[in-house]
Amino acid sequence: MSTGVIAVLLALALLAAPAGAQDKPRYGGELIFAVPSEMPSYDGHREGTFGMVHPLAPHYNTLLRTDPNDRTGTKVVSDLAESWTTSPDGRVYTLKLRRGVKFHDGGEMSSRDVKASYDKIVFPPPGVGSIRKGQYTNVEAIEAPDPLTIVFRLKWPQASFLASLASPYNWIYKADILEKDIRWYEKNVMGTGPFLFVEHVKGSHWVGKRNPNYWDKGKPYLDGYRAIFMKDSAAQVAAIRAERAHIQFRGFSPAERDSLVNALGRKITVQESAWDCAAWVAINQERKPFDDKRVRRALTLALDRRQASQALSRIAVVKEVAGVQVPGTPYATPPDELEKLAGYGRDIKRARAEARRLLREAGVPDGFSFTFMNRGVPMPYEPVGVWLIDQWRQIGLNVTMVTIEASQHVTELRAGNFTVSSDAQCGYQVEPDLDLAKFQSKEISHNNYGRYTDKVLDELYQKQSRALDPEERKRYVREFERRLLDEETHTFPTLQWHRIVPHSAKVKGWTITPSHYLNQQLDMVWLAE
Amino acid sequence: MIKYIVKRLLLMIPTLLGVAVLIFFLMRVVPGDIVELRFAGESAFAQKENLDKERARLGLDRPLWQQFLTWMLGIVRLDFGTSMWTGAPIIEEIKLRATLSFQLAVMATFIAVALAIPLGVVAALKQDTWVDYVVRIFSIAGLATPSFWLGIVFILMLLIVFKWLPPMVYTPFWIDPWQNMLQLIWPALAVGYRYSAVAMRMTRSAMLEVLREDYIRTARAKGLWQKLILSRHALKNAMLPVLTVIALEFAFLMGGLVVTEQVFNLNGLGMLFVESVARRDYTLTQALVMLVAFVFIFVNFTVDLMYAWLDPRIRFR
Repeated sequence: MSTGVIAVLLALALLAAPAGAQDKPRYGGELIFAVPSEMPSYDGHREGTFGMVHPLAPHYNTLLRTDPNDRTGTKVVSDLAESWTTSPDGRVYTLKLRRGVKFHDGGEMSSRDVKASYDKIVFPPPGVGSIRKGQYTNVEAIEAPDPLTIVFRLKWPQASFLASLASPYNWIYKADILEKDIRWYEKNVMGTGPFLFVEHVKGSHWVGKRNPNYWDKGKPYLDGYRAIFMKDSAAQVAAIRAERAHIQFRGFSPAERDSLVNALGRKITVQESAWDCAAWVAINQERKPFDDKRVRRALTLALDRRQASQALSRIAVVKEVAGVQVPGTPYATPPDELEKLAGYGRDIKRARAEARRLLREAGVPDGFSFTFMNRGVPMPYEPVGVWLIDQWRQIGLNVTMVTIEASQHVTELRAGNFTVSSDAQCGYQVEPDLDLAKFQSKEISHNNYGRYTDKVLDELYQKQSRALDPEERKRYVREFERRLLDEETHTFPTLQWHRIVPHSAKVKGWTITPSHYLNQQLDMVWLAE
Repeated sequence: MIKYIVKRLLLMIPTLLGVAVLIFFLMRVVPGDIVELRFAGESAFAQKENLDKERARLGLDRPLWQQFLTWMLGIVRLDFGTSMWTGAPIIEEIKLRATLSFQLAVMATFIAVALAIPLGVVAALKQDTWVDYVVRIFSIAGLATPSFWLGIVFILMLLIVFKWLPPMVYTPFWIDPWQNMLQLIWPALAVGYRYSAVAMRMTRSAMLEVLREDYIRTARAKGLWQKLILSRHALKNAMLPVLTVIALEFAFLMGGLVVTEQVFNLNGLGMLFVESVARRDYTLTQALVMLVAFVFIFVNFTVDLMYAWLDPRIRFR
């Protein structure tokens, strides 16, 4: 089939998404989805993989959630908490819980359960893992003054606090169970969510069925769901093509999208979004000549991001030219302002001339060689790596790519056994506190692979985090971005990842967001006939 | 004979011990860390203190000799411990996948034997005729075709021509034989074809060799029926090398079908093996290597015993 025909089909498939969302929901059916990863344990407070969120999120509720219809994934709405107030100094959050919410075993949910769950996340006892505890270092106390009220007292104001209560991992567990065995949830499921747990066969599948006593009357629409664990993307595509699965929520490559659209035509709906993941370049500043910011700046100036956006987006899951925030989200820098940063301008010839001049000034000879360490995962690391080498060649650098197996890559990055490397930043929520934390000084951030110390950057991070006025916060985020990518060029992104979810046109009521961790409760999802 | 069996069984112990030492230390040499992989990759908020605690919980902070000793003592008690990734008992993790892998290995072996032996014998009997050429082409094509590629061809053919795909979830044979066969017949055919090619060529060459032996000529001179010569004198003797090939291939199938399992989305031991290595799940990888080593040793042992049954000279010696 010609490219033109695919483009027309794709346009039709993309147009089908919003139309579907306006239809009247239909009850019944089993949603079948592929999950490319599998959870080590069932405890959301402990694990980090989306392979746990996709099958398990439908069993639980969180205090707040991101609006299931908001494509930016940034609008916080109620879930178990129906309303909330903030004290004038921004340090006390009082949330009112819904009445009549029941756990799957029939027990009533109250603020005691919320407190027990958040105590486990924020103040875990010894030996209990809470991997995102660091996100809540600001929490001084959690109180449950009455069964329907929960109060969080903070040490200082935190702009992202409400969003952190909407974290897709912060499932509300039952206090009685936690009291008896705080690790019970690692191997068991008991929530208040729209679906009841039926079965998990390791390496094979996970099954959930409709919760008839769900507190949100009339929901969920589905009779149940079945998550099938499938590592191989070709097998996932084949499953959707043969209509053995409706959707795979994480995303596919452009070629896989095209093959599905080509084969299924109007039976496929495609939803796309900028992804809250970006392909970054980590530069080890402990190695010469990369301790010189002119050399680092030259590396970013050499990149023609706009041309790459057009070319690479046809073959890889990257597309948007972006700064430190997902384009189109509240704290993202507008394109005209972004153009002022090094490596983001429109005149590539001028930028590369500037890059050559900086290299000369820094005493880096023409044909200087270094090794680029790349992650051994084809998509999108391989095409992005090849592109980077070509771009740097154009300013007289001779770069060799060494591909390292994915698990070893993290270890090498952490140990500083590299000169320049691919790096990725993926967020489970679009929120500057989460997205920028990595780039603080090495003494603060365990994931600072550039091994630099920048007190100004640390201060800006704190300022943006504590600024309760969104406009003020935006200013600090911009300053942070300018310092990180332009003035100091500690590191830089290449292109933002691009999330592509082609799914059966029967799947309705699900809206793509920039994060593949969000919007997985499935309470709004339904299947058309 | 009993003395021989006991001696062979006792020899298994140092072999398995050697495998244990090798895999334990090889896994520790490979860079990468299960804790980093599980917790640090996803979030900037994974604090070093938390990661260290997790390492201590898994016993990774203890000296290597202590870790090795604990593991070996466990093996002696037939306790392989728990998976570092899931926390589930290793026996449970393996048992879940072993049924599928074993069934697939048996089905592929059945297909391979059913194809290889008759075709190999016919090719030997009709040496240098068109029949022989067809069989040889068929077997060389089998050797040259990776099973996973054939698997992909099967999937594409089913998908494009019949708009159908085998079931994605394993159903045990005793629960629903039809669903079970619908899922496993395709990978069994893909694997069985390559497997049959190896055995077919071995059968042909072994038969050709045996057919030139003096005792076959003598049998023919005595006027014995051709069928009797083939079944009683030729085939039985030609089976010795074929048996070795079939047995070793069977042992390989128990844990080596990684890509085929991936293509057909099968929840077998091969995929578990690859995942456990990728996750640096030391305890699970070690147990799987020990299992595969044991299967190989046991299969070799069984083949040696069958040699004695097939060839009286070995038995009397």
